[in-house]
Formats: sequence, C-alpha cells, structure tokens
Amino acid sequence: MQDFTDALYTAAALIVHLDPELRGIVFLSLGVSLTASFCAFIIGSPLGTSLAMYRFRGSGAIIVIANALLGLPPVVVGLVVYLLLSRSGPLGSLGILFTPTAMVIAQTALGIPIVVALVHRMTVDNWAAYGDALLVDGASRLRAMVPIMLIGREGLLTAFLAAFGRAIAEVGAIIIVGGNIRGYTRTMTTAIALETSKGELSFALALGIILIILSMAVSMLSLVFGRALTAR
Amino acid sequence: MNRWPQFLKTSVIALLMTGAGLMGSPASAQEKSIVVASTTSTQDSGLFGYLLPIVKEKTGIVVKVLAQGTGQALDTARRCDADVVFVHAKSAEEKFLAEGFGIKRYPVMYNDFILIGPKDDPAGIKGKDILTALQTLKTKDAPFISRGDRSGTNIAELALWQEAGIDIAKDKGPWYKEIGQGMGAALNMASASNAYVLSDRGTWLAFQNRGDLAIVVEDDKRLFNQYGVMRVNPAKCPSVNKELGQQFIDWLISPQGQKVIAGYKINGQQLFYPNANDPNA
Repeated sequence: MQDFTDALYTAAALIVHLDPELRGIVFLSLGVSLTASFCAFIIGSPLGTSLAMYRFRGSGAIIVIANALLGLPPVVVGLVVYLLLSRSGPLGSLGILFTPTAMVIAQTALGIPIVVALVHRMTVDNWAAYGDALLVDGASRLRAMVPIMLIGREGLLTAFLAAFGRAIAEVGAIIIVGGNIRGYTRTMTTAIALETSKGELSFALALGIILIILSMAVSMLSLVFGRALTAR
Repeated sequence: MNRWPQFLKTSVIALLMTGAGLMGSPASAQEKSIVVASTTSTQDSGLFGYLLPIVKEKTGIVVKVLAQGTGQALDTARRCDADVVFVHAKSAEEKFLAEGFGIKRYPVMYNDFILIGPKDDPAGIKGKDILTALQTLKTKDAPFISRGDRSGTNIAELALWQEAGIDIAKDKGPWYKEIGQGMGAALNMASASNAYVLSDRGTWLAFQNRGDLAIVVEDDKRLFNQYGVMRVNPAKCPSVNKELGQQFIDWLISPQGQKVIAGYKINGQQLFYPNANDPNA
C-alpha cells in the first residue's frame, strides 16, 4: 500500500507545484490527442453518416472493416506511420518523424475507425426513424446529411470522446513515431512508461493519477458543452 | 436546429487553436537541433538529463534523444532517421561503419557491467568471476532475465555466455527469460521475481526499485563497457545534419565535455569514465 499512498502524495505535490516540465508534458498530451480526435471526428463522422444513408457496392465491407479496426493495435499503427514517415520511407522528405505532427497522424488513424463505427451505428437507427421524413420534403440525401447529423449530435459527441479516450490513453503508437524525446515529444503516457523503466514506480503512478484527472476533466467539459448544445 | 453551424464553428476554432498551440510550442520552432539515437542506459541512468542542458548552454545545440538500445538505435540510423548514434557495442558499431552508414567512431566513455541478483544469492555465486558465475547459474537453473533486444547489454551478455562455454540458444530452459525490453524493465522484472540479471552499472546506480536485489559479481575485466559515438554518413543519408552532428561529437570528446561526463554522480558515485583519448577503446 506504501506505493499507492506515496503516489497520491506525489500526484498532489506535482499538481500544487505545477512543475514547468510537467506542464509542458500535459499540454502536449492534450494538444496532440485533442487535435487527433478532432481530425478523426472531421474525417470519420461524415463517413459514418453517409455509410448509414447510402448503400453501394462495398459499403458493407467498409463497415465490417471499420468495426474490425476498433481493435487496431496502436503499436501496429505506430509502426506503419513510422515506416511511411521515415527518411527512407515514401513520405520521408516531409521530415516530420519524431515530431508532434507524426503523433497526431498516428492517433488520428487510431481514432477514425472508432468514429466511423459509432456514428454509423447511431445514424442507422436515426435514418430508419427520420430518413423518409427528411427526404419527403424533396431534399437530396446530401442535403439530408446535415439534419441527420444534427439529430444525432449527442451520439457524435460520444464518438468524439471515444476517439479522444483512445488517443489520450495509448502509448504504443506515439512512443514509436514520437520517440519520447524530452521536452519535445514526451507525453503523459510515454513519461509513465519511462518512469516505470527507471524503477520510479510511485512517481509513474502519480503521473497516471494526473492523467486520469485530466481525462475526466475533458469528458466533463465535453458533456457540459454537449448539454449547452442540446439545450433549447 | 441552427445551433449546428455554431457547433461546427466552435470545433474548427478549437482545432485551429490546438494546432496553433502545437506549431507555436518552443521546440518546434526553427532551432539548432539534432536527433541522437542512443541506448536506454544513457537515459535510464540519468546521464542525458544531466548532460543535455549543458550541451545546449555550451554549443547552442538542442539534442533530441531516442533511447532505444544499441541494435535498434543503429537500425534507426540505417533508415536515416538520426544524425548521430551514441551506443555501446563495439562489434555492432564496427559493422555499422563497415556498411558505410557511419563515418568515424569516436570512443567517449566507459563504465562496467555488473551481475545483479537476490541479496541472499540462492545460486551461491557472490564474488566469483563472471564466467564461473554464469556456468553456475546454468547448472542450478537459477532464474535469469535476459534483455533479448539486441541492445549493447544483450550483445555483451550473449558474448559472455559464449565465453563461458555455454551455447545459450541451445541450452536455455524455462529459467532463462528473454523479455525484449529495456534495462529498467529488466531490472523491474528481476526485482519482482528475484532473478539474476546483467546490467550496466549506470542504470543500476540510478535505479529506484531494487527490492531485494544487490550486486553479486563485479570488477571482472570481461565486464568492461565502452561507449562510442558516430555521425551518420551523409553519402548514405543526405538529410542528416552533418555540421551540428560533428559539433556535438567534438564537444563530447573535448576536454570540457569529458570533464562534464566525469562530473555526473549519483550519491557521490561516478557513473561514467571519459576515455576519448584512448585510441584502442
């Protein structure tokens, strides 16, 4: 139990003192994961919505793939993005390996299937209920897309939060494409991995506690934001 | 219904702000920086945490360290993703040079490997020489954690088994666990399972989760651990930063840099011994 009480005290001390290095790590974690989940949301939600509204050759296959990719191992995504961005890979000339941008790309790739699968699931039901009504006015399906997304806006928020949760918690992808460089690409999760390897177990756990608090804060803010959105 | 555009607008603004925040973060601004692929021991021992702020102050170079283990660090450089490698396995470094990926190898510093084990030493090898110790571990099937990750320490460990006359690839049993992770992870596992493990002295001195572990074998000349630094060849990798890479190396092997390395201590104990002047190192 000693470890856990130590961790709680350390976490409290870290929060009170707001160590500048820790602050940088927290901002980077939030910045990368929020940006990535926004990107995944912007790409994934129209895709998930249209997959529910249109049926075409291969749409079933895309849905199956998106659902299968919910279990995509971050380390594999990290490896693929690494090979693409490596100087000897196809996108090497961009020179963005081991930068926060590379981390955003990897986490976006992890988030897209989550957003697509969740938004699709939700829109299928909404489309069954409201689709005919939306089309009866003579609107095209393209035009009906915005209202159908609006009807499911709370579900969209859930999809965004799910993508964010996946991003902020993962370490496998960003440690490969970011390199865990101190002061530059070190995030909460990679710092936890590092402190564990240094045998600083209670310090690592203290960082974990802070990460959970942060994660809860983001969820709460989003829910408040979401409530404001649905309020009349 | 007309709240949707508002939501969209807010999202876009938030996205732009986080994006701008990332762009504006100090480290991503244009600056003098290089990527150094190095070993977990140089990071886990705290050497880089101590050294790099001094490097920045003296040379103006921001060094971005990838702590990867020697084998992986050399592979990262082979893919042109690092400017400099700072590792500890002479045989692997010479191969890297022979392939044309490195330009010249500079010895920087040394310390030594130590055999760590449970304090009560169930295999009874305390104070023996390393070869006898390994033979005894094998005979008694004593639990042993191997890095198994082609790191400098792993390469040294495999060479020691061979020197002890044991074909570890063939003779290993359930007592010999290859974990494929860094030095710190290996020490954590040894601590949790009371196993023996080969470590570099620097990581051991900095390691905080010792549990019932202690040094059982040390001060054997076969346990010498040399670190070297090499610049990645621009002929193979045109994108490398050769000027800054060379400046970093020049500083490390300069009298000033060597003195700073010698000055890194934990609890009064020196972790690394500079030897850039030793041509045979």
